[in-house]
Amino acid sequence: MQASDRFNINSQLEHLQAKYVGTGHADLNRFEWAVNIQRDSFASYIGHYPMLAYFAIAENESIGRERYNFMQKMLLPCGLPPEREDD
Amino acid sequence: MEDDEIAKTQEERKRMQQEIATLDSVTYDRDLYGGTDRDAYVTSIPVNDEDDANNDSMNSEVVRKLSYTAPKNVYDNLPRGGADEDNSSGFLNPSRKIIDREDDYRRRRLNRVLSPDRHDAFAAGEKTPDPSVRTYADAMRQQALEREEEETLKAIAKKKKEEEEAAKAEGGNKRRNRWDQSQDGEAAAAKKAKATSDWDLPDAPAPAPGIGRWDATPTPGRVSDASLSAGRRNRWDETPTPGRSADADATPVGGATPGATPAGMAWDATPKGLATPTPKRQRSRWDETPATMGSATPMAGATPAAAYTPGVTPVGAIDVATPTPSAINLRGAITPEQYNLLRWEKDIEERNRPLTDEELDTMFPLEGYKILDPPASYVPIRTPARKLLATPTPLGTPLYQIPEENRGQQFDVPKEAPGGLPFMKPEDYQYFGALLNEDEEEELSPDEQKERKIMKLLLKVKNGTPPQRKTALRQLTDKAREFGAGPLFNRILPLLMQPTLEDQERHLLVKVIDRVLYKLDELVRPYVHKILVVIEPLLIDEDYYARVEGREIISNLSKAAGLATMIAAMRPDIDNIDEYVRNTTARAFSVVASALGIPALLPFLKAVCQSKKSWQARHTGIKIVQQIAILIGCAVLPHLRSLVEIIEHGLNDENQKVRTITALSLAALAEAAAPYGIESFDSVLKPLWKGIRSHRGKVLAAFLKAIGFIIPLMDAVYASYYTKEVMVILIREFQSPDEEMKKIVLKVVKQCVSTEGVEADYIRSDILPEFFRNFWVRRMALDRRNYKQLVETTVEIANKVGVADIVGRIVEDLKDESEPYRRMVMETIEKVVANLGASDIDARLEELLIDGILYAFQEQTSDDANVMLNGFGAVVNSLGQRVKPYLPQICGTIKWRLNNKSAKVRQQAADLISRIAVVMKQCQEEQLMGHLGVVLYEYLGEEYPEVLGSILGALKAIVNVIGMTKMTPPIKDLLPRLTPILKNRHEKVQENCIDLVGRIADRGAEFVPAREWMRICFELLEMLKAHKKGIRRATVNTFGYIAKAIGPQDVLATLLNNLKVQERQNRVCTTVAIAIVAETCSPFTVLPALMNEYRVPELNVQNGVLKSLSFLFEYIGEMGKDYIYAVTPLLEDALMDRDLVHRQTAASAVKHMALGVAGLGCEDALIHLLNYVWPNIFETSPHVINAVMEAIEGMRVALGAAVVLNYCLQGLFHPARKVREVYWKIYNSLYIGAQDALVAAYPTLDDEHNNIYSRPELVMFI
Repeated sequence: MQASDRFNINSQLEHLQAKYVGTGHADLNRFEWAVNIQRDSFASYIGHYPMLAYFAIAENESIGRERYNFMQKMLLPCGLPPEREDD
Repeated sequence: MEDDEIAKTQEERKRMQQEIATLDSVTYDRDLYGGTDRDAYVTSIPVNDEDDANNDSMNSEVVRKLSYTAPKNVYDNLPRGGADEDNSSGFLNPSRKIIDREDDYRRRRLNRVLSPDRHDAFAAGEKTPDPSVRTYADAMRQQALEREEEETLKAIAKKKKEEEEAAKAEGGNKRRNRWDQSQDGEAAAAKKAKATSDWDLPDAPAPAPGIGRWDATPTPGRVSDASLSAGRRNRWDETPTPGRSADADATPVGGATPGATPAGMAWDATPKGLATPTPKRQRSRWDETPATMGSATPMAGATPAAAYTPGVTPVGAIDVATPTPSAINLRGAITPEQYNLLRWEKDIEERNRPLTDEELDTMFPLEGYKILDPPASYVPIRTPARKLLATPTPLGTPLYQIPEENRGQQFDVPKEAPGGLPFMKPEDYQYFGALLNEDEEEELSPDEQKERKIMKLLLKVKNGTPPQRKTALRQLTDKAREFGAGPLFNRILPLLMQPTLEDQERHLLVKVIDRVLYKLDELVRPYVHKILVVIEPLLIDEDYYARVEGREIISNLSKAAGLATMIAAMRPDIDNIDEYVRNTTARAFSVVASALGIPALLPFLKAVCQSKKSWQARHTGIKIVQQIAILIGCAVLPHLRSLVEIIEHGLNDENQKVRTITALSLAALAEAAAPYGIESFDSVLKPLWKGIRSHRGKVLAAFLKAIGFIIPLMDAVYASYYTKEVMVILIREFQSPDEEMKKIVLKVVKQCVSTEGVEADYIRSDILPEFFRNFWVRRMALDRRNYKQLVETTVEIANKVGVADIVGRIVEDLKDESEPYRRMVMETIEKVVANLGASDIDARLEELLIDGILYAFQEQTSDDANVMLNGFGAVVNSLGQRVKPYLPQICGTIKWRLNNKSAKVRQQAADLISRIAVVMKQCQEEQLMGHLGVVLYEYLGEEYPEVLGSILGALKAIVNVIGMTKMTPPIKDLLPRLTPILKNRHEKVQENCIDLVGRIADRGAEFVPAREWMRICFELLEMLKAHKKGIRRATVNTFGYIAKAIGPQDVLATLLNNLKVQERQNRVCTTVAIAIVAETCSPFTVLPALMNEYRVPELNVQNGVLKSLSFLFEYIGEMGKDYIYAVTPLLEDALMDRDLVHRQTAASAVKHMALGVAGLGCEDALIHLLNYVWPNIFETSPHVINAVMEAIEGMRVALGAAVVLNYCLQGLFHPARKVREVYWKIYNSLYIGAQDALVAAYPTLDDEHNNIYSRPELVMFI
């Protein structure tokens, strides 16, 4: 990054973006991105009641149970992070 | 346009960040302090390069001499470019020094002394403090001594006075008038300002030191200080009378090795032990420490620099701490003023130097002149008077010293500072001179090296360029703990006391303190008092930002040092004898209270307010409460009761000043708490209301003020009761001749009257008669503040009792012979009538009113504030149709005044027409208006632009109300007259003229032939250059109206041609105008021509077309769906152009287009365009990348997040980091904009080992 770029609006934009959980950066790996995707998905399922109802019917569970399950899954949606290969 | 906007936004943002940074850093924020944002707000100081400028002018003069032969004095009087820049003389540029805008009171800050470091009880733990360290007890003891001394001096003065009076009573002999003496000249004033300083202490140990020193030598020469107006004494009193100098000589060794003087220590330990001063103690101090004297300052008498020399001088275990006495005095005794004199003198000498023979030869013709020998008696003048430097200081002898010779330094030439240090101003030499010594760094001790490093950094912060400053500031911050608190503050604080400090420099140094404070944290404890001494004055600075800065520092300081240290540091100052010190300390304490919470401070405040020892302590304590109320406003509410309880006993204090400040504090508390908290004041109601019956003068005024603020908090019933109680006193005080009392009485009346429970009848019968008798007199109009307060109070009364009562009482005064008084009457009537309307006014009063107003209007000689004009307008407008009978008379006046010789009168008359035009219409006086229109039309030849502007404004007002058809003169005559006026460059004329023309183009375009409109179009192009945005906007709109009236073709041709001009602002406005024409006349009339214009192979034109398209699609919004396919080929071409600006502008056109047609089924075209936009994502130019990103955002809205995400996926995990960065940026803005929508579009990932990446829920199917 050049010195002149450091203060312009674009760098601020990135700074701003970085404040949101779920945004990414150039060093994000597959696992981290997938975690974000999973969490976003679960949040979306929970947020849209019709979706929740749909899943409840499909899985033959109560809506509350489905919501609870999704919330639990958000904790470690993809399991433990894989071992780093390079170190 | 867009570049402008971006730049503006950036600037705005930067400014806001700075504001937040300065205002809001009570809590330390790493973002703000560790980051770089805060550095950005240091604007650069223009480097003072007057020397260069002078040199330039000299050189050019020499050159000129060779070619011109005019006498020298002719071109000496010519303005010389370089010399004008020279602000060293102080004549040409307004000074930026702080001291120059301060009043005497504020300058007293320079009298304060940087006290030595204090003992830090926290750090020391249980240890007994080293006797050389100053403890709280020491400080208190010194304070007590000062007080005692002060009292003794007072007693002496009193005794003297009595004696004198006795002598006078004996009569006859010439009276020596002490007050006359103390008034003559600066010296005395300065002496007055100089209160006792700590410096004097060691010499004055005994309980009655004054007697020994002053009374012993009542020689006439010393009378002026012997007059001893209490506590005013200064060091210069110690004029070396022979006896004394003998004393001084007697102990030369003591002076040389002062640290060893046992007396200094003895003083420390047992102040009472030295009842009789030994001869040694008599040693005058100016013998001891020449170095400190060397830095004496220009201010006669007051010697701040000397007072806080950072050095451990002999007695200085107590007083001062100088790290390196020898380092300071490099430049000798030169002060900035002297330096300026020197510079000035050099300049004069240079100009008046004798001409050399060669110069004379070049000036005079060779023939006809003969060179004569000078007469034998001739001696060249060497006037010593002009040699200002011959006298080392204007201050007089005590400061003289033999300057030490230092071969390592050049004196006059501001030397190129070594090691890339910034330019050093002459004032700086005494602080930074050491840096110029080319001593070897290695020879210095580590401490000295550290000193040097600090000095270098400070100099860079103070005088350096912004980048230098930034790095220096960061280094100071980072290494703060390494440097240590002592060395840092010993360097920084004296700089802040420098009398020639400028605002910017102070700001920077204060910033250094702020940063350093943050790093040092508890290490600052020993230096708290020192810091306060320099920061407290900021709290009473007239500059708002300085005050805020001061508060910020003190608040941070108290958080770093803790409450106990703060109290220990400030407690001694609470009953300081100097009012200035107490005042600033009270303010500082209020800041501490707001930083650490009021509850923490309450016990201390309580103790202070009840101090039995001195009334000063009580006074300051109560003042702290007042300042807290003022500072934190309604946040006092939770602590209101305790604060009131703490100070309430002050109402019955034996000291008058304490009673006064108590009442004022109550007023401040009530004001801060309004409209709540009356129950907290219950306990003070009785003393207050009793007090107003027993007190007089200032105390009474303060009590009344408190009551004035408390009454509005009360319930209606109580308010009415208490108002009646206080009103008796108020009415009595109506007659008070005291100005301050008058103001307060007026204010209290206003507050009482506006309270709910006070009835109109009561006001009418009890207050009004006296009120008008005492206040509505001519004298009140003369003082600005009285005037304002009286008008406000009267308006408030009118709100209660109605218009008729008030206006009826003062309407006659409109014909008063005093103009200021008439103006005050007019302003009151205006406000009352504007507030309450004129329906109360009966026929008789109406007649009187109009009559009076006409009289006042005609008789006015000046009306700078437009009081008469506004009053006239307000009355006429509120009377409405009732004015009809008077209109002919009013118009007669206006017409007569329009013809007046004075431009102001004409302007005012024209302004009046625009104010009353609406009412004239209401009164159906159209004929009259037509007549006025013709008259105004005839005056369009007016040469004063201000007047012309007003005349145009009046015409506009008339046209607005009577319409285009009925207008006389007819529009077809009026408009051609306006065309040449459009050429006028005066802003007011331009604005009014373009408004009028625009109005006509909008409503009555058909009255004017098309050719005339075209002519106007050409004139309008020039108006696009106007500086005022309003004018440019009106112009652009007018293009739209004209295009609508005469069809877009011709206007468009004009505008498209204008795209070829060079000037950017002009082109930008033209593109806006094109877009507006397109909007008003439908895009299809404009687009073909516009797109055709894109074929012109010229950068500006093409960009102009693109920009027009961008604006056009912004304006037409969803109408764009019909045109998107038409312009797509053009945009394709632009997005593939080599020129950056093409692509940038096209991208912004795409953005507007996408946003306009979102959801209207143009996805195919948009995807096509997105394919052209996308390759530009790797652009680095900020404007281009911005436009591209925004275009992609627009696409997200129009096409949906999923489409853009699919474009994105290809690069998120690209092997090249640069690529990934860009793609992630796009992804992030996509994510923030439409997170939820992405859920359905994320790619399907397969599970890996133990990790589940798939989303089975999405494949569920019922």
